[in-house]
Amino acid sequence: MKQKFAIKVDDLTVAYDYKPVLWDIDLAVPEGVLMAIVGPNGAGKSTLIKAVLGIIKPIAGSISIYDKPYKEQRKLVAYVPQKGSVDWDFPTTAIDVVMMGTYGSLGWIKRPGQKEKKAALEALEKVGMLPFKNRQISQLSGGQQQRVFLARALVQNASIYFMDEPFQGVDASTEIAIINILKELRKAGKTLVVVHHDLQTVPEYFDWVTFLNVKKIAAGPVKEIFNDDNLTKTYGINYKVAINK
Amino acid sequence: MSITEYFELVITDYTLRTITLGTAVLGAICGMLGSFAVLRKQSLLGDAISHAALPGIAIAFLITGAKDSNVLMLGALVSGLIGTFWIRGITSKTHLKSDTALGLILSLFFGFGMLLLTFIQKQPNANQAGLDKYLFGQAATLVEKDVTIMVFVTGICLIVLLLFWKEFKILLFDADYTKTLGFNTKFIDILITFFIVLAIVLGLQTVGVVLMSALLLAPAAAARQWTNSLKVMIILAAIFGAFSGVLGTAISASDNNLSTGPVIVLVAGVFVLFSFIFSPERGILFREIRFRKNRNDLQLKKTLQFMYGIAKTHENISHPHAIRILNNFQGFTKGSLRTMEEKEWIQLKGQEWSLTPVGFEEAKNLFNQQKND
Repeated sequence: MKQKFAIKVDDLTVAYDYKPVLWDIDLAVPEGVLMAIVGPNGAGKSTLIKAVLGIIKPIAGSISIYDKPYKEQRKLVAYVPQKGSVDWDFPTTAIDVVMMGTYGSLGWIKRPGQKEKKAALEALEKVGMLPFKNRQISQLSGGQQQRVFLARALVQNASIYFMDEPFQGVDASTEIAIINILKELRKAGKTLVVVHHDLQTVPEYFDWVTFLNVKKIAAGPVKEIFNDDNLTKTYGINYKVAINK
Repeated sequence: MSITEYFELVITDYTLRTITLGTAVLGAICGMLGSFAVLRKQSLLGDAISHAALPGIAIAFLITGAKDSNVLMLGALVSGLIGTFWIRGITSKTHLKSDTALGLILSLFFGFGMLLLTFIQKQPNANQAGLDKYLFGQAATLVEKDVTIMVFVTGICLIVLLLFWKEFKILLFDADYTKTLGFNTKFIDILITFFIVLAIVLGLQTVGVVLMSALLLAPAAAARQWTNSLKVMIILAAIFGAFSGVLGTAISASDNNLSTGPVIVLVAGVFVLFSFIFSPERGILFREIRFRKNRNDLQLKKTLQFMYGIAKTHENISHPHAIRILNNFQGFTKGSLRTMEEKEWIQLKGQEWSLTPVGFEEAKNLFNQQKND
């Protein structure tokens, strides 16, 4: 059976100033996987996502989403940025932030209406944030803010989800809530790419993994490639982790 | 002329009416656009732009030899825009941070502008007198033509704001995300910046290059204190700005012809100060009151809990105990004991206290309550 690839990256090189952050990355993400990108700080994990999404302009290389350039496939893609990338003291409410997920399909000038509001409420319900819909966003806890960001991506109703450290700074109950939603999305046939830091949970949460440290070290099914050898190559030290499965 | 006389005159006097309308419109547009500058953390950009406009004013005068405010404004606009794009260029093309770029452009342009101004003042051209009014502003020089332009630009700005409201809002909150949704963030960004530059240039004649940025920022900073909604914030900032403009002009015109800029800015400053102290949610005063009340509340409950610990060792929970056994416990006073008695948690008799059944139940549920608060 020929495998269908949701995301394909060829020869991608990205540099800030003179120093390459990503070097010659080739990556093919099969449709329907829940993939972790792991690697040390400064390995270029966020940069890889941002380059695929067109936020950062690469120096060289090509990127395709279902065999077409990202620009043509935008509506298939949703993005959850790092929570710390925005100012949470911005004067707006949880539901307003979630509604922003509908702006892409609305396009220029057109305002969100009842349909969009309904979608936003459903997404809030899914992440367990419905009771907080009118809360000013600075009054939400870190975990709640992360849930709002996730809801905003859910509203986009995409096929591919890019998430930048969705588990950062959240408590256990939020982490479980989020991973359950991610697993549910995968069951529905969606492809998920998640920048992840906690190596212990990789085998439990993900079925696909990419090791990254400026270069791609390895990519493939967690069961096959999540081992000491690759971890050592990626992190530069003999990284012992318990692999249960 | 006193302030009241001034406002009586506004109704009858055409010139004063023009000036008042002009400063109101100016304050409103500055407040609106200033909200964007504040929320984008570009508060200093306004300062740099207004200072960068000065050489444009001087050069426009040198070329035309006339003090026509429209021509001077055009000069200011061009040089303000050049300054803005240089700031952006420096930030994106070099390692310098934006505050350095802002400071650099601000002082270079302003220095150059001052140089030209001194040069102009040494010229025998009688027309040059009054060009220095652009430093601190003089609302009295506003004529109908100036105000017409202000109203026109504000109108366009409002239309653009309403049209691109959703785009402005999402760009302000999360620019990267906006890009992934397919919006041309550069276009939105330039649109916002262009209008900010325009508002600043409009205000130079009234408020002056030195203090112009304050009229941009102060109303927005004050408005942020009162609301958690972007829409309300912008409307409030426009109102605060308009009031600052009108009141400031009135005070400056009614008393010895003070420079308008400083007075407008001081009035706007009063709005800021008042908002920082008295706004219900974010203001210092009510925050402090809430803080104290919570503290007292907690102290009361902790005392009750301590009593509960003693009382529950007795068969009769209302068994009286000496007040002095509380002595090694922090945070109780005669006053707090009386408050507890008013709440019917305890009964005081001489030097003794006893827990009531109400107090006992209250104490028992304290921890759960605290958690659910």
